[in-house]
Amino acid sequence: MIKIQSITKSFGERVILNEISGSFEKGKPNLIIGASGTGKSVLLKCIVGLARPDYGQVFYDGRDFYGSDSEERVEIRREMGMLFQGGALFDSKNVEQNVMFPLDVLTTMPPDEKLDRVNFCLKRVGLENVNTKMPSEISGGMKKRVGIARAIVNTPNYLFCDEPNSGLDPQTSILIDELIQDLSEDLDITTIVVTHDMNSVMGIGEKIMFLYKGLKLWEGTNKDITHSGVKELDDFVFANKVMNSLRNK
Amino acid sequence: MIKEIGKYFMFLGNLFVNRESFKTYYKLVLEECMNMGIGTVFLVALVSTFIGAVTTVQTAYNMVSSFIPDYVISQVVREMVILELAPTIMAVIYAGKVGSSIASGLGTMRITEQIDALEVMGINSISYLVLPKIIASILMYPLLVITAGVCALFGGYLVGTLTGIISPNDFVYGLRSSYNEFTVIFALIKSVVFAFLVASISSYKGYNTQGGALEVGVSSTQAVTSSVIAVLVADYLLAQLLLAK
Repeated sequence: MIKIQSITKSFGERVILNEISGSFEKGKPNLIIGASGTGKSVLLKCIVGLARPDYGQVFYDGRDFYGSDSEERVEIRREMGMLFQGGALFDSKNVEQNVMFPLDVLTTMPPDEKLDRVNFCLKRVGLENVNTKMPSEISGGMKKRVGIARAIVNTPNYLFCDEPNSGLDPQTSILIDELIQDLSEDLDITTIVVTHDMNSVMGIGEKIMFLYKGLKLWEGTNKDITHSGVKELDDFVFANKVMNSLRNK
Repeated sequence: MIKEIGKYFMFLGNLFVNRESFKTYYKLVLEECMNMGIGTVFLVALVSTFIGAVTTVQTAYNMVSSFIPDYVISQVVREMVILELAPTIMAVIYAGKVGSSIASGLGTMRITEQIDALEVMGINSISYLVLPKIIASILMYPLLVITAGVCALFGGYLVGTLTGIISPNDFVYGLRSSYNEFTVIFALIKSVVFAFLVASISSYKGYNTQGGALEVGVSSTQAVTSSVIAVLVADYLLAQLLLAK
């Protein structure tokens, strides 16, 4: 479980996150949603330590991330896996080398075992026979899947996904969402997904945090998101024509 | 300016925090040596051969007195090549080729979140990405300087003897007379310092790229400019420290 307390972050005079608190549970996808520019990605960066909050704490199963020394922080980070918006695959390495990278650098696993683990992870995300392809030779959806395979190869306890569906067609988006949900349940890990895709929200949003102009305005599940009574959330949810037509029915 | 220099030194300090295993660096250093050394040797050889040739012709042109023996031409060429042309002019070319490549490579990694990916894995990205480049640069650049020196003197010999400016015997005699081996040691000291400056400054500029593709180009240009300025300042300081009487 990941807990955040009073996360506050400003860039110059502009307050991006204002006293955000909450918890993210194990074994299911936890979604952070909101319109563009509301601070979702900044919050995720504060949680994983890519941006230090001005104020506030992040606890990984009770371990205070920012209160720890650098070695303890490295230990916590080695339990993380992250899928970046653009995949963030290493251009100079092929698919297999990309997925194997955390094992190469962070473990002393024998080469055969590493290869088995890589092939297992690639199969798990629905990719086979692409080991020798370079990132420039595969599609956006495949890049995301390779990114997920790399994120889970070292059996993380925490999985973070930044806009996993951006730039993908609806069918591939659903596949990625289902994959994230399955992995969270099967591996029993704490997963945080940042998204503004309503299909994802309705599909896998078992726990949702809604951000609006740097404030947490609502928290709940996809079952009660349509009758939250929060105007800003309604505006966000029903901005989509399909969702709006459902409301009018 | 002072703030930037401070940030640069903090960046260098991070090179040695939470390093990975020796085996990891060994592979990376070898890869970087191939990129920096083998990839640059042709350009260095070509440029230095021509510099040596031109220096010979121009030195001969300036020797107007018939009281000055011909072998002085190659003596002057030797001193110019070893003391300045091989280490310093090559450093400018090295900054243009290797420095810009380092900065654009790291800049692209930064804007495509590849550096963030390393950080999230618990890897010190500065140490992992930059330390091998600096080590490889320090290993390879002195070799390039030696290559440049040899090629420049060869270029001078070739042009000098083929055009009849100087006889082969006089050229070789000039190279050997009044030879002070400290000039070679001085050139190698300079080459190590310049190699460090070019690799570290270019890495710093590339690593701290913010924005998009346009900013990668800006970082690359800044890396070359800053490296060249640093090389010239260091060139003067080293000459003052090690050669001034």
